[in-house]
Amino acid sequence: MSNQPSTNKAVPGSTTQMESTKASLVAALPGIELTWSVFCSQDRVVFPAGSLMKVLQAFKAAGFDQLTDLTAVDLLEYGSASDRFEIVYCLLNVDSGLRLIAKTHLSEPDLTIPSATQVWFGADWLEREVYDMYGIIFDGHPNFKRLLLPQEFQSFPLRKDYPVKGRGERHNFPVVTRAES
Amino acid sequence: MSTAASKHDLSRFGSEVMRFSPRQCDLMIVAGRVVMKMLPVLQRIWLQMPEPKWCISMGACACSGGVFDTYSVVQGIDRFMPVDVYVPGCPPRPEQLIKSILDLQAKIQSGGTVNAREFKLRVLPEGPSRFDEEELIRIRERNGFKLEDPKYDPVH
Repeated sequence: MSNQPSTNKAVPGSTTQMESTKASLVAALPGIELTWSVFCSQDRVVFPAGSLMKVLQAFKAAGFDQLTDLTAVDLLEYGSASDRFEIVYCLLNVDSGLRLIAKTHLSEPDLTIPSATQVWFGADWLEREVYDMYGIIFDGHPNFKRLLLPQEFQSFPLRKDYPVKGRGERHNFPVVTRAES
Repeated sequence: MSTAASKHDLSRFGSEVMRFSPRQCDLMIVAGRVVMKMLPVLQRIWLQMPEPKWCISMGACACSGGVFDTYSVVQGIDRFMPVDVYVPGCPPRPEQLIKSILDLQAKIQSGGTVNAREFKLRVLPEGPSRFDEEELIRIRERNGFKLEDPKYDPVH
């Protein structure tokens, strides 16, 4: 897929280094279905959510020692998607500069996956934000509560079935009048 | 900022003294959008100000939410707080803010403030109708989620 000319600099998605990392990952995870692809010279892999901890630990053992981002996508009414939520782990190997986008899929009603904080502790706030916006529950997180929205908020606003103007949360305040202030 | 700085110089009209504690203030200028997490804070600041006190809602965002018609942005602080003068504009010119303070001075001179008698007719909320509180309960039941276990939370 990558049509970039080869240069001396490491081009993600086309290097032999990435190919050897892929081979070692496939060897380290026997029986787990990994779907590899390259898009815009970014290496991506989709793995099943059931073997999440094993896969993430294998990624870390393969040298991806930094979790640069953890986010989610709501695929409701998105074309051919069969699952509702997609959890995206953006990984970086600090030594070699290799990057990997790892994805897994989740569907309602069971929106619980293991927390990545046991592998990369930087996942702490990222997972709390994903819970805040999408309602994905990360099992084993050390301090699992909402990060940005108020604790008493009941909805998950980045879900596609949440109306952009909310469900009245922005009107739910006491009115302070001249007489009582 | 520019209103109080040397080019426009609000102190020409005797109003340049800024205080950074609400307990020393008599005028609050709300200068920007207020999200639902900030509105209780804003109301608390207003309640901490000593009488007599006034409020200027500056800019389209504070007056009406502006272009931010989303779930978290309060659509005008006047729904939940008393406002004396509205300043339109996105953003308002410094001259507009100076004019609003002059208008407020005229309003104070013509009215009288100590016992707030000119606001006697304004004790009822003027905004849209209140949010149905039963709706929150329905949302809670529909989602099936409860609040998190607060065992790690030192604040709540």
